[in-house]
Amino acid sequence: MELYKLTIHEAHEKLVSKEISAREFTESVFSRIDKVEDKVRSYLTLTKEIAFGQAEKVDRKIASGEKIGPLAGIPAAIKDVMCVEGVRTTCGSKILENYVPVYTSTAAKNLLNEGIIMTGKTNMDEFAMGSSTENSRFFPTRNPWDLERVPGGSSGGSATAVAAGEAIFSLGSDTGGSIRQPAALCGIVGMKPTYGLVSRYGLVAFASSLDQIGPFTKDVRDCAITLNYLIGHDPLDSTSVKIDKPDYTKALSDDLKGVKIGVPRELMVEGIDPKVREAVENALEVFGKSGAIVAETSLPNLDYALSAYYIIAPAEASSNLARFDGVRYGYRVPGTEDLMDMYMLTRAEGFGDEVKRRIMLGTYALSAGYYEAYYGQAQKVRTLIIRDFNRAFEEFDVLVSPTSPTTAFKIGEKIDDPLQMYLSDICTIPVNLAGLPAISVPCGMVDELPVGLHIIGKTLGEEMLLKVAYSFEQNFGWNEKPAL
Amino acid sequence: MEYESVIGLEIHVELDTESKMFCNCSTRFGEEPNTQTCPVCLGLPGSLPVANEKAIEYVIKSGLAIGCDISLYSQFHRKNYFYPDMPKNYQISQYDLPLCINGHVDLDMDDYETRIGVTRIHLEEDTGKLIHVGGAGRIAGAEYSLVDFNRAGVPLMEIVSEPDIRTPEEAKVYAQKLRAILISLGVSDCSMEKGSMRVDANVSIRPKGSTEFGVKTELKNLNSFRSLQRALTYEIERQKKALEEGEVIVQETRHWDESKNRTSILRTKEYAHDYRYFPDPDLVPMQFDSSWIESLKAEIPELPDERKQRFIRRFGLPAHDANLLTATKAMGDFFEEAVSIYAGDPKAISNWILGDLSYYLNTENLEIDESAITPKHIVEMLKLIDNGTISGKIAKEIFPEMFETGKMPQAIVEERGMTQISGEDEIAKIIDTVLAENAAVVQEYREGKERAFGFLVGQAMRLTKGRANPQLVNKLLREKL
Repeated sequence: MELYKLTIHEAHEKLVSKEISAREFTESVFSRIDKVEDKVRSYLTLTKEIAFGQAEKVDRKIASGEKIGPLAGIPAAIKDVMCVEGVRTTCGSKILENYVPVYTSTAAKNLLNEGIIMTGKTNMDEFAMGSSTENSRFFPTRNPWDLERVPGGSSGGSATAVAAGEAIFSLGSDTGGSIRQPAALCGIVGMKPTYGLVSRYGLVAFASSLDQIGPFTKDVRDCAITLNYLIGHDPLDSTSVKIDKPDYTKALSDDLKGVKIGVPRELMVEGIDPKVREAVENALEVFGKSGAIVAETSLPNLDYALSAYYIIAPAEASSNLARFDGVRYGYRVPGTEDLMDMYMLTRAEGFGDEVKRRIMLGTYALSAGYYEAYYGQAQKVRTLIIRDFNRAFEEFDVLVSPTSPTTAFKIGEKIDDPLQMYLSDICTIPVNLAGLPAISVPCGMVDELPVGLHIIGKTLGEEMLLKVAYSFEQNFGWNEKPAL
Repeated sequence: MEYESVIGLEIHVELDTESKMFCNCSTRFGEEPNTQTCPVCLGLPGSLPVANEKAIEYVIKSGLAIGCDISLYSQFHRKNYFYPDMPKNYQISQYDLPLCINGHVDLDMDDYETRIGVTRIHLEEDTGKLIHVGGAGRIAGAEYSLVDFNRAGVPLMEIVSEPDIRTPEEAKVYAQKLRAILISLGVSDCSMEKGSMRVDANVSIRPKGSTEFGVKTELKNLNSFRSLQRALTYEIERQKKALEEGEVIVQETRHWDESKNRTSILRTKEYAHDYRYFPDPDLVPMQFDSSWIESLKAEIPELPDERKQRFIRRFGLPAHDANLLTATKAMGDFFEEAVSIYAGDPKAISNWILGDLSYYLNTENLEIDESAITPKHIVEMLKLIDNGTISGKIAKEIFPEMFETGKMPQAIVEERGMTQISGEDEIAKIIDTVLAENAAVVQEYREGKERAFGFLVGQAMRLTKGRANPQLVNKLLREKL
């Protein structure tokens, strides 16, 4: 059988029962990579040697009768925005083309400590800025369902690695939809946890108040398993929350009796492809069958979310990315005459257009005389959006919408139209502004391309979120794979 | 026209915490370059700051010590600008929500008292240090520059005064008093030499009686209290002269050159730098409850003003003495240690500390705790005077040797044979010699010229190289005449 097709929970049973070894499992995934990577291009760096070393360790453990955790021996890919000691970490940028971190991010470390097999670092939009992975300074990644189309972004490589069978699960980061949108476009499960639930230490910052790490998995159970090991208070991250770690797999149940599901009308109208909307509406009927109550609701300030986001995120980015200056690490233009020259040329060559566009936007928004009108105003909008969600959650347990207003679009289709590209995240961005958890689960196909259902939970409401997602997945029964 | 100067000081103080402001690296001074660094203070991609609670505590204590209002809600902001000594190209600092506001420092200027307002105290991280190679160590003309990040991220407290200071002398006393307070609190060693206390001065002048402010200049490179005072004195004169000659004062930053005794333009401030301050999203806002602030208040030790009052009360010192003795913690400690081992008059100790000892310390530019003379030296010397072994004059003579070598006074006196001659027979013999050698003067005295007596005493002291007991000389000379 083709082991790379297994889920985490299926593979774990086989590993424990010694039906398969971690080495065989790893071999299967790497031969799949050999077969499809040229077409899909999920990876910026493959870490085959490290992977087989880790597999050997897990196999020794199993052989010696030691108990292994659910993630031990599971091949997984990591978005190239999380530092792993000794492994090149580029953030999809020329400016970090040869950068090798000296420490490992907390999220990656948590999983490595559990014995995952690291397959490699995945392609992404430069510094996580983009919705198609076309902004990678190295190459675009292609959607396994249609190689002419984008996989979404910015965590495109992490999404395609899982969708194409090049990893069993993967890690991404989500600042405005960068996990959920590519998960939707690639027909897999992708989750952004509550802000602060997963440590950001070692995640190269795009917009610090919005960034959150989360998993891409083949199903909701795998998502719950991964989340169990990703979370936890980190003393190295001041924004990391302190909670007792739940076992999220215990929340998985298909009974939704009495669960109230709200559908914000603002996310079902304008700008949503009618076919996508139809697919989501069909999906909603499934909830009715599992005992949930579905009703329309409203988030009146959502119209301003995109504008607020494109002030706050670039403002933070303009400051976060200031450190890439050629002085201490990363790319430096050779032969410049003085400091100013070195700064300017290094950054001009090191960064791509979208990154430069956002640095300029953010710099402008924070400038004296403009701060109140832009950054100050955007923060007020953010507060209003949080209030909208709070009000909706007084009545509902979760909210649902399409994850992306469209299915996967053609490579090159939107790259020269930043505003159209920005609209790809219209449904996901409000969630980041409010710091809420949300998940995308496949809800069928439109024109042979997958559609994602977006489920939004309350702050730290991951258990309810996973329960609803799991129930939907079980009752909807969609199980298609790309023919690659 | 008569002018008045308006001075405000910005004082940066490195806090004496074990670890840096936002990471666990050591703050130790003088280590090999870049050995006290980690991903956080190097600003490596993905690293995050975590605030040092001790540093926050130190700032709040400093604020409490000078009567500040403590903000129960405070926040760190990012100050954005590019410079190679800044690993992130932004400095984590504070903006509109500093930890402490509205404090004051009272100055005793001997003939008057004055109160200097403190606008705010905020907390930030220090930058790294640039070492310019070639070009005589200055950036202009340097071949290349190296960066040492050991200092990057060391907690730095900035104390901003109101423009309440009117003279260079007040500026010096204000800075010294703050230093004494902070050292008493144990929050910093405030060494201007090591750079753990750095003073920048803003100064302008205006016609006396005016309430408007003139155009100010900012003075940098003030590496000692002396240069602070001298630079201000120079700058005030320069501004006066410029105004009198019909020139305009330009808002600019000026560099104090201690060796040339003048200030020169460092950069003009034609447009204000836009630092694009915004709240640091990596650090959650700080919230304190007032009971915690109260508990910090309870930990504040005796401060210089309280000590001064105690010196007056307990040791009967004049206010002038008490003020000077408590100007630094080390001086007060020296005095108290001496008093504790001396049964005589504390004023005598004060006289020696504020007189000879201070004179030699100033000459050598030393602090009292860097001196070879300890309280034991002073007390042993006083005891030698009290029991008549030496005179006060001899004590003054042996002081330089004591200061230079740290030898105890008894030993010096013995080595140099300087004990006082108090034997009546011995002194009588000397007086006989004096009388025999100065028959003419003796005659004058007998004719009623009282001044001649003083001359004869002087001769006796000269013959004994000052060792004769003056009271005895007086007594025996009268008898013999």
